[in-house]
Amino acid sequence: MDDDSRLPISPQAAQRVLLGAALGFLLVFFVPRLDGLAALWDLLRDAIAGLPGFVVDVIDYYRAAPGEQVAYSALVGAIFGAVTTALVAGVFDPARFAHGRTWLAVLAGAGAGALGAQILMFPAQHCTYASDIGGAQFRVGLVVTALGALALLVPVWTLLRGRPGARVQHVAGHFKRSPLPYVFLVPTVIVLAVFLYYPAAQIMLVSLRRKIFPLPQERFACMQNYVDLASDAVYRNSFASTLYITLFVVLFSLAIALAIAVLASQKVKWAGVYRTLLVWPYAISPVVTGVIFLSMFREGGAGLLNWALGSTLGINPGWLTDKDLAPWVIVAASVWNLLGFNVLFYIAGLQNIPTDLLEAASLDGAGRVRRFWRITFPLLSPFTFFLLVTNVTYSFYGIYGVVDTLTPQGGPRFGPGGESGATNVLIFKLYKDAFDTGAPAGLGAAQAVVLFLMVATFTVLQFRFLERRVTYEG
Amino acid sequence: MNRRPRYGIHLALIVVCLGMACPALYALQVSTLTLEEAFTIPPKLFPPSTDFVSNVRTLFDGQHFGRLIANTLTVALVVVVGKTAFAMLAGLAFVYFQFPGKWVLFFFVLLTLLMPTELLLVPLSNLIADLRWASDDPQLALTMPFLASALGVFLFRQHFRNIPRELLEAAQIDGAGPLRYLLWVLLPMSWNVIGAHAVIQFISMWHQYAWPIFLQLSPEDQLIQVGVRNSVISGTQTDFGLLMAAGVVASIPPLVFFVLLQKQFMSGFALMRDK
Repeated sequence: MDDDSRLPISPQAAQRVLLGAALGFLLVFFVPRLDGLAALWDLLRDAIAGLPGFVVDVIDYYRAAPGEQVAYSALVGAIFGAVTTALVAGVFDPARFAHGRTWLAVLAGAGAGALGAQILMFPAQHCTYASDIGGAQFRVGLVVTALGALALLVPVWTLLRGRPGARVQHVAGHFKRSPLPYVFLVPTVIVLAVFLYYPAAQIMLVSLRRKIFPLPQERFACMQNYVDLASDAVYRNSFASTLYITLFVVLFSLAIALAIAVLASQKVKWAGVYRTLLVWPYAISPVVTGVIFLSMFREGGAGLLNWALGSTLGINPGWLTDKDLAPWVIVAASVWNLLGFNVLFYIAGLQNIPTDLLEAASLDGAGRVRRFWRITFPLLSPFTFFLLVTNVTYSFYGIYGVVDTLTPQGGPRFGPGGESGATNVLIFKLYKDAFDTGAPAGLGAAQAVVLFLMVATFTVLQFRFLERRVTYEG
Repeated sequence: MNRRPRYGIHLALIVVCLGMACPALYALQVSTLTLEEAFTIPPKLFPPSTDFVSNVRTLFDGQHFGRLIANTLTVALVVVVGKTAFAMLAGLAFVYFQFPGKWVLFFFVLLTLLMPTELLLVPLSNLIADLRWASDDPQLALTMPFLASALGVFLFRQHFRNIPRELLEAAQIDGAGPLRYLLWVLLPMSWNVIGAHAVIQFISMWHQYAWPIFLQLSPEDQLIQVGVRNSVISGTQTDFGLLMAAGVVASIPPLVFFVLLQKQFMSGFALMRDK
């Protein structure tokens, strides 16, 4: 430490050491585990070997399938594809969409819709278009058909929109053609295919199965699980508590974080120190947050909060045993847990706001409040939107650690037969049902698929939004 | 600009900082209490008692916290390093190569944004059971499913696209191949993004809770969050002193990691925004 202007080693050498250490660490971890990886290799080999068989199965299915049901699914998909494509062409510039040939685009949309519908209708065996199906299952089937169609329509729209300049961009500046890019992508593709695509396909297939008396195993039951979920009182209560816990968590965590970030962005001494002191809760886990709040919200005088309330107001609420209060403890804990992360991104957002814009507005006589709502807040909207999505995601499943530590039984009971829990949010119910070996697997899978659709909607919205921002700003 | 000290803002900031730290300070205080002291009325808020060390010792001796922390640290570091390596390779392929099927593969990666692992734990644990990882090699079960993600690939793809193409031409003239270009040109320019990515991944792995429970591992193969949760039910009455000590111990590594890399984290995302 005698002379810190001269580092003991050069930056290049430091980089080599770090790189070597990282790769060495990976080797030390994986080389003794080659046996385990071999099991993965066997699984992949079997899957690839089974591929031709799968194709034969698909062909056999369509040969034997009831033509009427397949035709209906294709028709519904085609109508959906045509209508949505027309709408999309209208929203974007019709003159530019598919080079102005809107009719051709609508036709392509119909084709993509009909074909895309099969992506989900094939695994569902076109069951919702059978003549003896119930009205509720038929309606679920329509939604499923549309979702399958969308899976193919979205790429088609992207192609038809023909982003100008996308092709001209970066013609130069590539390595010469070689099989190397495939090699580079192999690890990513294998991990994603085995550990995300495969389980996702599994869960969809399982969600179509259920126990049908008197057989002990689960078997194909079309959309019955989804129809039953919609009418299950416990599930509906769980759905409702998820929605309002999410609403308040997101609202409070964003509003408080924005206020704190504005305060922390003032130009004062030690601003960096304050920032660190404001963002660290990001590193605290939901479980630890849960146990801290468990201790704080204890009943009786030993809990921090009830001691304060008892000695000032003389009340002693049963925070975790009252069905109206327990969700608020979850909200409070989650908001605290999220606050650091939100403040972090809002501070980053506030640093990006051009000061000349604010100064110009202040010369025009706009007050502090007006400047904030008219300039700062709209310019922060990409950050708000990003945080909105991450916070909703947190409230949908990150919250599990908080709920499981604060209310391990799903909260105070209510509802008919006391079957609903006040904090029995969807993710908690999903996991609890999964651990309960007696619970039907199909129903659990259907819950997972519904939750997955809710989150997927938010994620897609975020992408649309960010894409538009990039288009108009850049 | 006015340069006079703004005491009001300092005061407000100090109040907010303290308010935010309140639950953690409370946890620190309770972690020093004995089983009886944690139940006294009024609560013992000051001064700290003497039991912190003995609480921590109980965790390490009786609930193998040492093992759990080592497990979690290994798992988190493997995921951080492995994911960074895989994501950089994928970014290199998507940005610096033209090859048939590029957009199909990109869409394949993009679509996984819609498949959160959290909702797939049941089929995933069945798969892991088929591979016999949960019983034979828990660490593989805890790391392998997290070694690739769309987020990492996007982060590096976006970052590489912002790097001037002239560098590639210069490197090509020098005869550098893709891997050498990645290691000696791209890597030195990517430390901020690597730091930001590492913080997110380390913290999300450190917070893993539901997945290790689904794997039904033996207690000493578990991860730290499960250990914290399990110290709630050690005896007839929850030992809050012990529980808070568990929370404190479990929070130190991610806090250190985060505070150390905070600057990289911020500038890594600032870079992302420059498109």
